[in-house]
Amino acid sequence: MAQTLRGPDDAAETAIPVDAAVIATNVAEERVSVASQWQLMWWRFRKHKLAMLAAVIVMLFYGMVLFADFLAYADPESSDAQRGLIAPQPVVWFDPDTGAFFPHVPGLVGKRNPTTFKREYVIDPEVKVPVKLFAEGFEYKFLGFIPANRHLLGVTEGSAEQSIFVMGTDIQGRDMWSRLMYGTRISLTIGLVGVSLSLVLGIVLGGVSGYFGGWIDTVVQRLIEILRSIPTIPLWMGLAAAVPQDWSVLQVYFSITIIISLIGWTELARVVRGRFLSLRQEDFVMAAELSGCNQARIIFVHMVPLFLSHIIAATTLALPFMIVSETSLSYLGLGLRPPAISWGVLLQQAQNVQTVALSPWLLLPAVPVIIVILAFNFLGDGLRDAADPYN
Amino acid sequence: MIGYLIKRLILALFTIVAISILSFAIIQLPPGDYVDAYIAQMSASGSAVSQQEAENLRIQYGLDQPIYVQYLKWVTLAARGNFGMAMEWGRPVTEVIGDRLALTMIVAIASVILTWALALPIGIYSAMRQYSIGDYVFTFVGFIGLAVPGFLLALLVLYFGFTLFDANIGGLFSPQYLDAPWSMAKFYDLLGHLPIPAIILGLAGTGQAVRIMRANLLDELRKPYVVTARAKGLSETRAILKYPVRVALNPFASTIGYTLPYVVSGSIIVSLVLSLPTVGPLLLKALIAQDMFLAGTIVLLLGILTVIGTFLSDLLLMWIDPRIRLEGL
Repeated sequence: MAQTLRGPDDAAETAIPVDAAVIATNVAEERVSVASQWQLMWWRFRKHKLAMLAAVIVMLFYGMVLFADFLAYADPESSDAQRGLIAPQPVVWFDPDTGAFFPHVPGLVGKRNPTTFKREYVIDPEVKVPVKLFAEGFEYKFLGFIPANRHLLGVTEGSAEQSIFVMGTDIQGRDMWSRLMYGTRISLTIGLVGVSLSLVLGIVLGGVSGYFGGWIDTVVQRLIEILRSIPTIPLWMGLAAAVPQDWSVLQVYFSITIIISLIGWTELARVVRGRFLSLRQEDFVMAAELSGCNQARIIFVHMVPLFLSHIIAATTLALPFMIVSETSLSYLGLGLRPPAISWGVLLQQAQNVQTVALSPWLLLPAVPVIIVILAFNFLGDGLRDAADPYN
Repeated sequence: MIGYLIKRLILALFTIVAISILSFAIIQLPPGDYVDAYIAQMSASGSAVSQQEAENLRIQYGLDQPIYVQYLKWVTLAARGNFGMAMEWGRPVTEVIGDRLALTMIVAIASVILTWALALPIGIYSAMRQYSIGDYVFTFVGFIGLAVPGFLLALLVLYFGFTLFDANIGGLFSPQYLDAPWSMAKFYDLLGHLPIPAIILGLAGTGQAVRIMRANLLDELRKPYVVTARAKGLSETRAILKYPVRVALNPFASTIGYTLPYVVSGSIIVSLVLSLPTVGPLLLKALIAQDMFLAGTIVLLLGILTVIGTFLSDLLLMWIDPRIRLEGL
């Protein structure tokens, strides 16, 4: 341990017998005292194992956002009443008879139950549909401009839409896994866009409030208190219901984001204001003022870098709130509407308990919601603890 | 103390004004005015509205005047208890809402009380037995409460109740009491149905409150006066409950003001999933049918009741926390 911390300058130490542990501490201390603010934060953040895990999970999910088209193997809009409500059929990786590597899915036969007249699916043991990795499937544009048609999974003959159902299908026979991939893309980006809007509002209002103080501070603080004492969901519902029915998916997306962020900025403003209030008293701000810096320079060059980390932590904690808001609104049918796909839109199919009891896989979109919210909460907690490395 | 009271009262009044403006905005948002919608509704049900009648209605609501006059007219009518007509029902809004508003508040308050009743002992336990199995279990449950949105939790409870126990958990009353007039038996029936929605609504708040209580108490337990108390031979219960818990209670108590709006807000969605006879399902129906007087009134009344509740909790806080009383802040 002591050896690994030594830099090249310590080569001479071998000649003089000094206690290695003392040098190690000294070197470690020196390393700490010359490290940059961000480096210190990283070291502290690294110690928080749960937050590290959460960071990896969040990154994986945003990877899913980027590669949604590739990970989905079926066109999310391709529907067929003939394959409605198929139960999840996991891919079998090895041949059950020979044990050789042979990824396939069992063939399904749809039959009408003669007594209940419901469509039921039974596995046809004779048919094994071979599954291919990186197969060709429906066309899409990677990152929005590169035309591509490769997908993680696919079949060699026929179409993936008709044979692979990793997470089952919904009532209209659309593949749940593929729809979940696209839903993840919308739900996670709406959180990001919403949080950026909230951030702008929070930084401007919180900054003005904390920097100038006086009556401006009082007005902004009272505004925040008023907003926080109003039950938000009924208010959102009222605003969201006013979004015209004939608007395009994109227009609805942005109006819902704006509605959510209009109320979500208060916590961010509170954090920013608190930091401004405490930093305003510091000597270096007065020094900057005395040397003739203008206010914009004092704020953006001297003060903001110091609490940027706090803002990042507060933003991370605000993200799950945005995601839940969108999911709840869409679940009620007031947020995003089909053909847009989001977690809330997907969960709308699970509104009826009887339906869910018969086809519980319709509840599966709840799993990523819970995982992402937990991950963001742990990540935010870790970042908040690491945000003040000099403490 | 008087100063603090007046300050809170003024803020509450401002909040009510803000809520009324927002509710009015919700009523105004859809295209066309109330009379247009009313005429459409009447002609859909077969009865025509004469030009004269329409004109009279427009004058009654001041629709021919600038927007602030309309707002003032609406507010004065609302203050007298006239919230207009709920179009889908063809009855006054107040009649349609009926006792749903009271039930909403009962559910919300039950959940706040439950949050407190659970969070206090659990928070103290978690702090005293830090890193014990119980502490980890409660922390885990608290995180689940934080992470699972209310409507999902309600959905999961419904699903497991349906598949495992074959019971329909929704609702606030047993079928035989649904339309029955209020009686003691109906009240007891309500009490029996309250715990599930209250737990679902309160779980997130409880998780947060436990974390706050645990952190506060841990900070206090490290202070020298606790060591002194122990050194003097006080029993462990006394050394902890008598002083550190009381100090830790204050920042914990100040969160109560924000709990109520949060819970009322959440109760709307949870009510929809569990089909509770609160204003939640009514609000959604009204919004989808663009019945804006009904929707606006629900938002307004819900907001006002929440503000009153928060104000009352402030009074309670003042009673608990002597610092607020004495400083007159």
